[in-house]
Amino acid sequence: MSRLILSRRTLIRVGAAGAGSLLLSGCDRLFENPAFRHTLEGAEDLHMATQRALGRNALAREFTEADMSPVFRANGSREVADPVYRRHLAQGFAQWALRVEGLVEKPLTLPLDTLRSMPQRTQITRHDCVEGWSAIGQWTGPRLGPLLDLAGLKPQAKYVVFHCADLYHGRPYYESIDLVDAFHPQTILAWAMNGKPLEQAHGAPLRLRVERQLGYKHAKFVTRIEAVASLDGIYGGKGGYWEDNGAYAWYAGI
Amino acid sequence: MSGAAVPAVRSGGGEVVRRHRLSTRLWHWINAGTLLVMLMSGLMIFNAHPRLYWGEYGANYDAPWLKISSARAAGKEFGYLQIGNARIETTGVLGLWEDQDGRMQRRAVPYWATIPSRYSLAGARIWHLAFAWVLAVGLLLYLLWSLVNRHIQRDIHITRAEWRPSHIWHDIEAHARLRFPTGPAALKYNVLQKLAYAGVLFGLLPLMILTGLAMSPGTDAWFPLAAEVFGGRQSARSVHFICAFLLVLFFLVHMAMVVLAGPLNEVRSMITGRYRLPAEKPAPAGQMPEQAV
Repeated sequence: MSRLILSRRTLIRVGAAGAGSLLLSGCDRLFENPAFRHTLEGAEDLHMATQRALGRNALAREFTEADMSPVFRANGSREVADPVYRRHLAQGFAQWALRVEGLVEKPLTLPLDTLRSMPQRTQITRHDCVEGWSAIGQWTGPRLGPLLDLAGLKPQAKYVVFHCADLYHGRPYYESIDLVDAFHPQTILAWAMNGKPLEQAHGAPLRLRVERQLGYKHAKFVTRIEAVASLDGIYGGKGGYWEDNGAYAWYAGI
Repeated sequence: MSGAAVPAVRSGGGEVVRRHRLSTRLWHWINAGTLLVMLMSGLMIFNAHPRLYWGEYGANYDAPWLKISSARAAGKEFGYLQIGNARIETTGVLGLWEDQDGRMQRRAVPYWATIPSRYSLAGARIWHLAFAWVLAVGLLLYLLWSLVNRHIQRDIHITRAEWRPSHIWHDIEAHARLRFPTGPAALKYNVLQKLAYAGVLFGLLPLMILTGLAMSPGTDAWFPLAAEVFGGRQSARSVHFICAFLLVLFFLVHMAMVVLAGPLNEVRSMITGRYRLPAEKPAPAGQMPEQAV
């Protein structure tokens, strides 16, 4: 008889757990609704429009050597299994060359020495991972903008795609940015980090630095740059590895 | 609270009056829902890197001031929360917990406190960054509207007399004895209430938004002060979580006070705007009024 009587405490506990699980399953189910999810994802356009309106050409903050992280965490692929890459790595990338192609007047093949002999930019910037951590490091390399000018972008070109040598969880890594970021003065193809040639874990021989966006946009092991009119039809079509495989935002300035 | 609705006559309580304006009620519930989504999706984002640092940088090789993790001692695995050098075992709640399928998980915050309930940094960011707009635009509109309709000046503004320590102490005493005002006096916020509401409206919520913006690398380019005022991006991130924790504390106290003040009447006043003035309770002989609550 007394077992049938619910204590107030039990009632509150059951009620709270019930309301909680209802809310949780409600949120999870709501998120599976394409229209709802599409609405939430629409905030990305709002973020990009706001950021572009308020700071289209703003420079990311640059730091001094005293501000640098003692150890810069390497993330994503730390090793590349591709045999061609491994041969270049063993040769110190002496025979390696970056290809610039797609919607360009003059496709380029640029050996590492050529990239190193172009006007260089060195910047100490903060690398912000989407997970929440930050590390400050120094990056050196030629600016992407003049390099694209050298190749001569065709008027239809709207995006620049970075193809990488690594497979992440079995799929090719790639990233893309639009021309505002491509021609931003701090967007460089870094071959050196903290005064030394890039290590494999950090994306040797060449890594994109697109300073006003999150870490996953900073493609490592860049082997080929392709100018395109649209991101449709390139891998998953969303403009990047994490965009295709994890629903991460293409505009990663937030 | 609508100043115009306070009855001019001296009342012993019991009558129903109009209390909260439509703008207050609307914002209250939109904001309550938004904050819940922000908190739970924020906890999922925290799961991606459950460590907090001070300064501009902070990653796995750097020392966090707070972390949630799991470890193994004497063959037994446990979850823990570490603040500074102090470690609190939190098995079952933080760091090591059983998920909805009965599997042990080593993430920081358990499924029942996160949106989405299954680990998804990308999903949580979609929720968090969309509702951030609702939070920020909602707060801005509400504050502007509350200045125009003088809600802030009339009801939240703390007068010089109320700032007196003796007045504040008196109010703390009244709260500690659970002695709440009756009749029309119940329509006026007391100084602790004003401090709490002003602290949330002008302190915690704007700080949440500012520290949130400070974590955006895009924003930091055109508005570097957002991170610099806190001493760097990782400090801003720490302040973001501290303020979220303080908002949870505010919510708990807020709930306790609603329950103590009469939950049905209080909730009704925030839904329909109608509020029954608490009646003055006659103190029975030999019994103090506060014991009658």
